[in-house]
Amino acid sequence: MYTYNEFDKSFIQTRNAQFRGQVERRIDGSLTEDEFKPLRLMNGLYLQLHAYMLRVAIPYGTLNGGQMRQLAFIADKWDKGYGHFTTRQNIQFNWPELKDVPDILDALAEVEMHAIQTSGNTIRNVTADHFAGAAADEIADPRPVAELIRQWSTDHPEFQFMPRKFKVAVTGSTNDRAVTRAHDIGLRMVKKDGVAGFEVIVGGGLGRTPMIGKVITNFLPQEDLLPYLESIVSVWNQIGRRDNKYKARIKITVHEHGIEEIRRLVDERFSIVKGTFSGIDQQRLAEYEKQFAAPEFTAKSDAGFKDAYHNDPVFRAWCDTNLAAHKADGYSIVSISIKKHGQTPGDATSDQMRLMADLAEQYGHNELRISHEQNVILPHVHKSDLPAIHAALKTQDLATANIGLISDIIACPGMDYCALATARSIPVAQEIATRFEDLKLEHEIGNLKIKISGCINACGHHHVGHIGILGLDRAGVENYQVTLGGDHTETAKVGDRAGPGFAADELVPAIERLVDAYLELRTGKDEEFIETYRRIGLAPFKVALYPEAQADAA
Amino acid sequence: MSKPFTPKVVTANDLLKGDVIYQTISGWCRDLADAEILRDEAHADLRLIEGSQQISEVVGVYLMDVTVYGSALTTTHFREEFRATGPSNYAHGKQSEHKQEVV
Ligand code: HEM
Ligand code: SF4
Repeated sequence: MYTYNEFDKSFIQTRNAQFRGQVERRIDGSLTEDEFKPLRLMNGLYLQLHAYMLRVAIPYGTLNGGQMRQLAFIADKWDKGYGHFTTRQNIQFNWPELKDVPDILDALAEVEMHAIQTSGNTIRNVTADHFAGAAADEIADPRPVAELIRQWSTDHPEFQFMPRKFKVAVTGSTNDRAVTRAHDIGLRMVKKDGVAGFEVIVGGGLGRTPMIGKVITNFLPQEDLLPYLESIVSVWNQIGRRDNKYKARIKITVHEHGIEEIRRLVDERFSIVKGTFSGIDQQRLAEYEKQFAAPEFTAKSDAGFKDAYHNDPVFRAWCDTNLAAHKADGYSIVSISIKKHGQTPGDATSDQMRLMADLAEQYGHNELRISHEQNVILPHVHKSDLPAIHAALKTQDLATANIGLISDIIACPGMDYCALATARSIPVAQEIATRFEDLKLEHEIGNLKIKISGCINACGHHHVGHIGILGLDRAGVENYQVTLGGDHTETAKVGDRAGPGFAADELVPAIERLVDAYLELRTGKDEEFIETYRRIGLAPFKVALYPEAQADAA
Repeated sequence: MSKPFTPKVVTANDLLKGDVIYQTISGWCRDLADAEILRDEAHADLRLIEGSQQISEVVGVYLMDVTVYGSALTTTHFREEFRATGPSNYAHGKQSEHKQEVV
């Protein structure tokens, strides 16, 4: 993985020292909150409902055991012993005190991490497929490109005060696991005549006005990537709307001008920008590719794995849901669920973090990943080590076999933490997960993505959930709106609103009726919820959600 | 017709700790029960301004609605209820802490 060079190190040190000074000046009263707020946001520090929150970037979701262990240390020393992993491959600490934040940033710098550009109108943490470098279906590891984009965008003078924040996601596989179509720019690796390049998608985004990104070019050669990205951002920087915060994202620019016009402007700009890139970027890319070289995979027997798989039903169930196909023979990708039924989606305790760090070091080539679905991945594990890993995970409540199932819910912090929230999301996720666990139904139901946001900003991706839930404030009471048929993959789609919202205590029964209807209506166990929905549409599910309305109409 | 004035409390977050605080007659407190109840609009506006001027102690000062029963105080909106207690997924925040005067 990427290691800091001297420039990176001194850059982070300088930034941290600056911020330490700014915190001191805020505390002694020489800076007002209006002056301080943009400075703290540049360093990932928010003020939420009950405390400050520090958002730390995990670039393209990759970290090693030492970094994970440092996160655990920070959680114990300056927070309440846990951290929250988010859909954008960040970790959030929910309880730091202002005076401690400079020390936390220094502790992060020791393991080459930081919180820069995790907030504000900048190019944010570049996210990537969490199976990068490991997936059997991958064309190439997208992380060298993600690192290139990160280096180019971090502290780029032209891009510090943009109309709004800007988010980029990359996937090296044609199967999109990075939600590229809901990002300002999405890059999906594709092959043309045997050569790898990118399909470039622009203008996706969720929030108040959800939009699926549009393809601006089907095939961009790798060497044109940075000049092309710079052209897109600079066109938007010029014509994007600064008059209205809600119209500032590039999705609105693309919508208002049309993709053809944007393409024309970007091409025009590209013809100028291209010449200013001397080829250094390609040399850098070649270096990053070396740093991300795959570990040396070994060939050994997997007899122990096969025995355990046949003899231990609990282990078998876990393998069947939590493993994904690896590109190397005898290896697997392990998804560790940090969503035991009833737990807060995305939260990991410091003990859990340390265990995952140990497992990565002992069995996983010292690599961990954070998925946008708020789980942790061991990307390179030999099958013969799986029984030992499973046994270790059980000791820390990390062996839940629910990846991709109804209890593997994405939920934003909602009104339990977030100052912008209109309702809570965490308890909704907890109740749904516990309810279906009690019914022992989730394996029968199969692949089903529930995504929950606590307000219209859509941090919980509810628009692209198979079942999306949006928490609102209806006359001073929490109320939940349901959308159906959303899709976050390469066939991305914004879900359809099902109808009126539900009161908090009506919601879980409604979801249960919906799922019962699916079980009844599907052609068989291999037709997933989303496929049934695509086949028969909203109407039959509406009947299940709103039985009274049907009775009234009859 | 303007709405009749309902009782209010000045609230904010503490600059250093970031937690929720309420204005008292002489400073700030962490327990809503100890807050100064404002029953008069002009006085409430004045207290809001006074609170907002304490820029080295507090952040994000505003007036929140409360319901008063005799000498007891409760929140009127669920957002304020969470601010007054803490998150619902863990016993963290105010629900786990003791009463404490700030300034
Ligand atoms: C608690 C502090 C947070 C605040 C104040 C916050 C604020 C916001 C706001 C204002 C937006 C809308 C931006 C726009 O449309 O221009 C947004 C979008 C988003 N946030 Fe958050 N958020 C928070 C936490 C999170 C967390 C915990 C996650 C991950 C679980 C997250 C992931 C996202 C994502 C993926 C979007 C993208 C939606 C889009 O396309 O714009 N945020 N956030
Ligand atoms: S969706 Fe709303 S409530 Fe949830 S984290 Fe984002 S801003 Fe906060």
